[in-house]
Amino acid sequence: MMRFATWKVVTILLGTLVAALIVLPSLLSPDARAALDRVLPVSAKTIVLGLDLQGGAHLLLEVDSPSLTKQQVDNLRDDARRLLRENNVRLTGGIGVQNRGVQFRVPDAADRAKIVTALRNTSQSLGAALTGAVQDYSVTETDDGLVQMQLTDAGIANKIHRAVDQSIEVLRRRIDASGTREPTIQREGNDRILVEVPGLQDTQHLKDLLGTTAKLEFRLVADPGASPADVEQLPFYKNSRPGTEAVEKRVMVQGEDLTDAQPGFDQRTNEPVVNFRFNLRGGQQFGEVTAQNVGKPFAIVLDNQIVSDPRILGPITGGSGQISGNFTVAQANDLAVLLRAGALPAKLTVVEERTVGPGLGQDSIDAGERASLVAGVLVVTYMLVTYGVFGVFADIALAVHIMLIFAAMVLLGATLTLPGIAGIVLTIGMAVDANVLIYERIREENHAGRSVIASLDSGFKRAFATIVDSNVTLFVAALILYLFGSGPVRGFAVSLGLGILTSIVTAVTMTRMMIALWYRAKRPQRLPI
Amino acid sequence: MPLLRLAPENTKFGFMRFRRWSYPFSAVLSIVSVLMFLLVGMNFGIDFAGGTLMEVRAKTGDADLAQLRALGEQTGLGHIEVQGFGNRTDATLRFGVQPGGDAAQEGAVKKIQSALADRYEFRRVEVVGPRVSGELVQSGTIGVVVSIFAVLMYLWFRFEWQFAVGAVIATMHDLLLTVGFFSVTHLEFNTTSIAAILTIVGYSLNEAVIVLDRIREVMRKYKRLSTAEMIDMSINAVLPRTIMTATTVFLALLALVLFGGEVIKSFSLAMMWGIFVGTYSSIFICSPILIYLGVRNEQKSESQAGTPGAGGGRNPSPKVAAG
Repeated sequence: MMRFATWKVVTILLGTLVAALIVLPSLLSPDARAALDRVLPVSAKTIVLGLDLQGGAHLLLEVDSPSLTKQQVDNLRDDARRLLRENNVRLTGGIGVQNRGVQFRVPDAADRAKIVTALRNTSQSLGAALTGAVQDYSVTETDDGLVQMQLTDAGIANKIHRAVDQSIEVLRRRIDASGTREPTIQREGNDRILVEVPGLQDTQHLKDLLGTTAKLEFRLVADPGASPADVEQLPFYKNSRPGTEAVEKRVMVQGEDLTDAQPGFDQRTNEPVVNFRFNLRGGQQFGEVTAQNVGKPFAIVLDNQIVSDPRILGPITGGSGQISGNFTVAQANDLAVLLRAGALPAKLTVVEERTVGPGLGQDSIDAGERASLVAGVLVVTYMLVTYGVFGVFADIALAVHIMLIFAAMVLLGATLTLPGIAGIVLTIGMAVDANVLIYERIREENHAGRSVIASLDSGFKRAFATIVDSNVTLFVAALILYLFGSGPVRGFAVSLGLGILTSIVTAVTMTRMMIALWYRAKRPQRLPI
Repeated sequence: MPLLRLAPENTKFGFMRFRRWSYPFSAVLSIVSVLMFLLVGMNFGIDFAGGTLMEVRAKTGDADLAQLRALGEQTGLGHIEVQGFGNRTDATLRFGVQPGGDAAQEGAVKKIQSALADRYEFRRVEVVGPRVSGELVQSGTIGVVVSIFAVLMYLWFRFEWQFAVGAVIATMHDLLLTVGFFSVTHLEFNTTSIAAILTIVGYSLNEAVIVLDRIREVMRKYKRLSTAEMIDMSINAVLPRTIMTATTVFLALLALVLFGGEVIKSFSLAMMWGIFVGTYSSIFICSPILIYLGVRNEQKSESQAGTPGAGGGRNPSPKVAAG
């Protein structure tokens, strides 16, 4: 037991050296790190600081599922209307719209069979042939002629899932275009998106950028005599003008037909504008509509707000145009970014927000460093005065233990948060506890009348069983914390779990190595503790 | 150099004599904790209650707490809880969920920010919507319950069932007293506090396991002693280690409380309490249960019926050696 093979010593020392090399870049100043990156063939990994330490914004966004479901119901109604027309089926009354479906009455049995078959054929979502039959909606009929189309749970969930995927793409394009560095954008649960942006100062701007749906529509301003059913009253963009204006419900051209949008200046008035370009289909449509409505005003509508309502002076056939709306340069810039990135499939709301200013982050790092330093000095001194030379061994093992945690975090890309630092402090306690268990056991065996070598031997052997039991117990707790926790709890669990693993290596194996080497060199007749 | 010894050597303290006092004492404390939780409640942070927390620092001079409190009236957001935070220049503002869904929370933040922007720097803003907070409560509770259950299973597997019961009862006791601690001190209870509670559970189990481990060992060595004598012997044997470890962790936590900043102060304070309670319960709650559950008889019959040579002498049992 107290013999320690040379290859083991070499392995442990090499491992420690490698860990030191991994941790080293994180300790350097940014300048020195940049210099190092120029020398090394690969960029050195450094420890990732959590948003609570480096400052930044954490936003949890939720897709507005009710509005998505409403869109789906509207689509059902449109589908039903189209199929009824195509199949020449006559209704009694209109199509009734409900929460999750539509219904209508077809008195003629033959007609009813025809329309139900047609509806059922289209009820499978796109790609269902590949993914298995997902029914977007179910069709039921009753003998008294009522036909009901109901959205299925799977259909609704499917729609939300796709909306989240689309939204993530759109958000990524928007954030990239705004020049923000290293954003994290990921799905969280079924209908949520987590956006984390480090080091950001202006959260409000970020929220505006992410929360805007950016659905752009070109519609005609309604004639005074138009039927009220075809018209809706819309307010002006960000209340730039008081009141509302009546515009047609029918959309002439949509924002999805845009291929590009850039901020610029109007050639005559020199006011900031957004220049845009349509794709082929959008350009043709826009050309046709403007040709038919020369002299009338049309409205540029963004998220159901009128940005501007210029008069059509002549057919616009070039496939490009300009949006003006008393913008500031920054607003024009943002709008261009939003239009380029495309519209969100549904509105996103912020359900959780955590922002930490860079000042507080730095304060937290300083506080964490100071606390760790003081804790370290206290613990190291305490071990030293209690166990003498064995205390020195324990302290060296402790230093390596801390280094190994950081090295593991660098390698795994784990994030160091404030609760994470607390977790590390706790593992310092655990590492010390392992050494204390061993040393006290050695003393005990020695007091029971065993020789130095026998005490060392059985002290390590017997304490090890206890150490394994206690560490596995804590590790189980850390694992469960990681699985069930979120955010800060997870950061804590990661450093606690890693710390338990490394503390077994350092407090048991490394200490044993040091004591074995010490014993071989000194051959002591009495234990120093 | 003479070495420091905090714990006296070779103590023969009769810990088990105290069980007549420690059980009623702990029972009263546990009941008080539950009553405090039910009647007074906890100072739930926005993680669990929902709402908004803002940490601000005055750009010049000290933070004017009275003025900040008056904001609630001015902006129509209702009651705003204002507290000094660390320095005199810093303060936290906290207010509950605003009626009108998630968008209303954002609106409230904007109102405060525009009212304070020229005088204060915003160091931290946290908004937790009503639904998210409900989910955090749920996942936190599940985490605690599942981890205790998992540990119970592990201990059952490693020890006798009586040991697992003892460890779990001691842990529940610590859990209750920690909840009581949060209720009495009115420390803010947030997701970090869940981490604290789970760490306390971990520490408490660790203490229990180390004492139980020794009891198991002593039990196999000294078959003639009564259960109470065996337990006393084991506790006295591990006492130096218990004191040493508790002091070390306590020192580390003291550094966190004094220098770790305001954000983790409630975590560190709760942990300190947990170390204290965990050490107490491992000695006075967990171990005496073995006397009541009659662990000895079962041990005996097992060794008689099972492996004849393995029980005696100095050899640790196969179970211990396997670890």
